[in-house]
Amino acid sequence: MKNRRDFLKTAATGAVLLGSSAAANKLGYAAALDLHPQAGKSKVVVAHDAAVHGPGGALDEKRVQALLDRAIASWTGIENPVAAWKRIVPVGKVIGLKVNGLGGKGIATHTALTQAVCERLQQAGVKPGQIVIFEQRTNFLQACGFQHTDNAGNIRMLSSEIYGYEPQQSSFGSATIKLAKALTLCDMVIGMPILKDHSMAGLTFAMKNMYGVVDRPQDLHPNNCAAVADLNCIPAIRDKVRFTIGDAISSVYDGGPSFHPERLWQPNALIVGEDRVAIDHTAWQMLERKRAEAGMPTLEAAGRPPRYIATAADAAHKLGVNDPQRIHLMEV
Amino acid sequence: MLFHLKSRIFATAAIAMVAVVAVTGCKKSGIDPFPSSGAVRGWQKTGETRTFAAKDLYQYIDGDAEQYVSAGVISSSTSDYKYEGQLEAVVDVHFMNDAVGARKIMDTGKAGDAKEVTLGDSGMAFAQSIIFRKGPYLVRIVAYESTPETQEALLALARGVEAKL
Repeated sequence: MKNRRDFLKTAATGAVLLGSSAAANKLGYAAALDLHPQAGKSKVVVAHDAAVHGPGGALDEKRVQALLDRAIASWTGIENPVAAWKRIVPVGKVIGLKVNGLGGKGIATHTALTQAVCERLQQAGVKPGQIVIFEQRTNFLQACGFQHTDNAGNIRMLSSEIYGYEPQQSSFGSATIKLAKALTLCDMVIGMPILKDHSMAGLTFAMKNMYGVVDRPQDLHPNNCAAVADLNCIPAIRDKVRFTIGDAISSVYDGGPSFHPERLWQPNALIVGEDRVAIDHTAWQMLERKRAEAGMPTLEAAGRPPRYIATAADAAHKLGVNDPQRIHLMEV
Repeated sequence: MLFHLKSRIFATAAIAMVAVVAVTGCKKSGIDPFPSSGAVRGWQKTGETRTFAAKDLYQYIDGDAEQYVSAGVISSSTSDYKYEGQLEAVVDVHFMNDAVGARKIMDTGKAGDAKEVTLGDSGMAFAQSIIFRKGPYLVRIVAYESTPETQEALLALARGVEAKL
């Protein structure tokens, strides 16, 4: 695993790529990413490593890489990490990583995890210049460990504050927004949210993370962020955001989305899959279990149930499944 | 007649003066609550002070901004600090419409594991954070790691902020 300096060096000079067959990747990609939940159960992998935080609480970067590899191997059924990633990402395409640093650096998508994903993407044949790490605001991106940098041929780290938004609006239901150009330039986006309680939405994870790809997320806050499902149905988001690597290494179980160290919790886990609804349902259950353990009321009792999860699964949205009977949950 | 006119002018002027004193006295809008580097032993101010009006607060704490707005926030300022070159922390100072708003926000953050501290009108300390209110000001100081010195260092910084309010 590279340290931060090595990562930036690699980003600046290009990584050694392993050979791959574009045709095989394309076929594998299509086969792996079945977005129609009615075809079967949605697979969600929750990979745990109780020792991912080393002595003193510091994150062990090697264990983060190993945890990611285990999660991806379990989801794809392919042990070799590079081969597994080739099943997930298409070659020759631009891959975005939508990280989340809204809560500040105390509760942002871990840099080590993003670096681990970038490393595997490059080994799977994605060129550095085709990787885009992006966030809504410059300080959010910085909280995730990255500075806005847009140099051809290198990993791009984009703040939408600087890189901008599409001039035309996109709409679905109650959501009318302008999309971040950082999202529209990508062929595929991997959502990389961090698990948090949310003062309005109840839970912020896979679907709520998309508030960070629009120009005025604050307009989507009414009614406990009821617009989450509609927003995820906007075609560019629905079609491009095809995989989630959810960071549940650390979390805040109350007081979110800001960083509240007194409510910090370390599930030491990654939640991985393609069905954003099933992922959010799984994350919600984890959060409720933690709140119960801490003697806190349920999100429903606290007045902020994440109803958008059920909305996202309904016939008008069909973004995925929230029925536990239709979720193939793998705890590894 | 002249006496009545003078009385009325005097009364109007007195009311105006009271109003001005009330506004400037309560709001203290010119206050810089952030201790400069070295003003509190061991603490360096490592970032510029950023200030957000209520309407722009989402730019800083999107998702949390609404609860501050509904409690009457006028503006929020923030700055980064570092203790002894290692422990990083952030100081947020929320300037509310009145003390009731500051109390409202503080009450939502109350928790069983909080330790009461003598700061401003009311203060609470956790292992890695401190929150206190003083008049219309609500101050939250958060450290990004927990060390044996964290709580004491945060308390010293909080006292430095309090002294400037």
